[in-house]
Amino acid sequence: MMEKKESAIIFKNVHKSFGPLHVLQGLDLDIPFGQITTILGPSGCGKSVTLKHVIGILQADSGLIEVVGHDMSSIRQKELINLRKRIGVLFQSSALFDSMTVKENVAFGLRMHTKMTEAEISERVHVCLDAVKLADTEERMPVELSGGMRKRAALARAIAMSPDFILYDEPTTGLDPNTSNVVGEYILKLQDELDITSVVVTHDMPLTRRISDKVALLFKGKAVAQGTLDDIESSGNEAYQWFVDGRLG
Amino acid sequence: MTRMFASLGAKLAVFFIQVFDMYRYLVQCIREVRHLYLYRHQVIEQFYAVGVGSLPLVCLISAFSGMAVAIQMAYQMEAYVPDYMVGSIVVRSVVLVLSPILIGLVLAGRVGAGIASELGTMKVSEQVDALTSMAVDPVGYLMLPRILAGLVMVPILIIFSSFISISAGFIMSVVKMHITVDDFIKGMKLDFMIYDIFVGLVKSTVYGGVLTFVGSYMGLQTVGGAQGVGQSATSAVVVSSALILILDYFLTLALLY
Repeated sequence: MMEKKESAIIFKNVHKSFGPLHVLQGLDLDIPFGQITTILGPSGCGKSVTLKHVIGILQADSGLIEVVGHDMSSIRQKELINLRKRIGVLFQSSALFDSMTVKENVAFGLRMHTKMTEAEISERVHVCLDAVKLADTEERMPVELSGGMRKRAALARAIAMSPDFILYDEPTTGLDPNTSNVVGEYILKLQDELDITSVVVTHDMPLTRRISDKVALLFKGKAVAQGTLDDIESSGNEAYQWFVDGRLG
Repeated sequence: MTRMFASLGAKLAVFFIQVFDMYRYLVQCIREVRHLYLYRHQVIEQFYAVGVGSLPLVCLISAFSGMAVAIQMAYQMEAYVPDYMVGSIVVRSVVLVLSPILIGLVLAGRVGAGIASELGTMKVSEQVDALTSMAVDPVGYLMLPRILAGLVMVPILIIFSSFISISAGFIMSVVKMHITVDDFIKGMKLDFMIYDIFVGLVKSTVYGGVLTFVGSYMGLQTVGGAQGVGQSATSAVVVSSALILILDYFLTLALLY
């Protein structure tokens, strides 16, 4: 595993509310460069909300969020756009554009942001789809794919622009154990091949054990445990034990 | 009593927040015009969807409404005015009022609700977030092409509609009401003014912009699941229909008096 220790993403005392619902309640979180950081936690604890702050879809009510040195509260629009181009996101629902074919989905970012020719785009799309073993689905519509295939197609789209970061929002939710394993394999494979920083939001413990360099456990909008999984397990952290036993929430 | 005022105040606050939010989207949309080249494919797609996609319905409704207007006019006027006046009244009422309002309302249902439900579905299935995460502005990519399509294609549809309504009214007058061709044409020419067409086009351009903007806005505001999408589509139709009727009054007042 990578040994880079600098923080790529920092959350300091971040608060976020939606009306009366106080989702993030002083979140402190460090996400190091070049590693897979897994954010664990029960449903509704603010995991996906945390990810959406990283790409600027949501803005914090208070506190500091820094993404590769950019303060997200004061980042300029142009810098935000450039930052987003460096981040690939795999959404919980895959979020493939349902009016486009798989090929058009993967090519989308390349067409919008690069000056690549159609031939170069086709080549890149083929490479990305091949990386997730979906090369033969280029002309299919998302609705014609199974849940696992959709996740992999969305993963191909996320890596098409050769991002420095990939954010995975519940990558294995709704998948059978075999497909979950396959998705886990791809996360590890991409991490090794692309030398990227990955953030995985999940409550899937087997996946967490397989892929994580660092783990953060969120509960009630706060990180109640952070470190390597071994450290957290050996520390006897009460919240972590409750989470593993299914009693946290 | 206090509770009633508090509730009223809260509703007013929500209303003004929503109006301000719509204004914000409109400004953002105008800003995105400078990136129009990036969205050219979506613009063409939406021109086709709004224009060609609505044409059969517009033709059907226009034909029947034109015939109904001719019958109504002939029935109401036969004792008081000469036959040729039917032609005059059909043309002016179709160009100034009937086609812009009727087609505006029909398109608020077909196009406005369609846009709201399409964008609403994209919103609840995270496709809008996916666009944002890929550094593509949803307002520019989704909203701007639809509004442009409304601004350009709705007036074209209303020109078609006026032509079909008048033709249908003409056929009905001649075949069924036994008004002569010469009389109908004489009436058409009698007080026809190019300015009437200008007024009809101004109205239809405004309605086209309103129904696509409201549909897009409601779609992008969708929360929840299928129920939220349904609510957005309903709101899009209700708000844009109300706005079309209210604006029709003000535009008629401003342009004809």
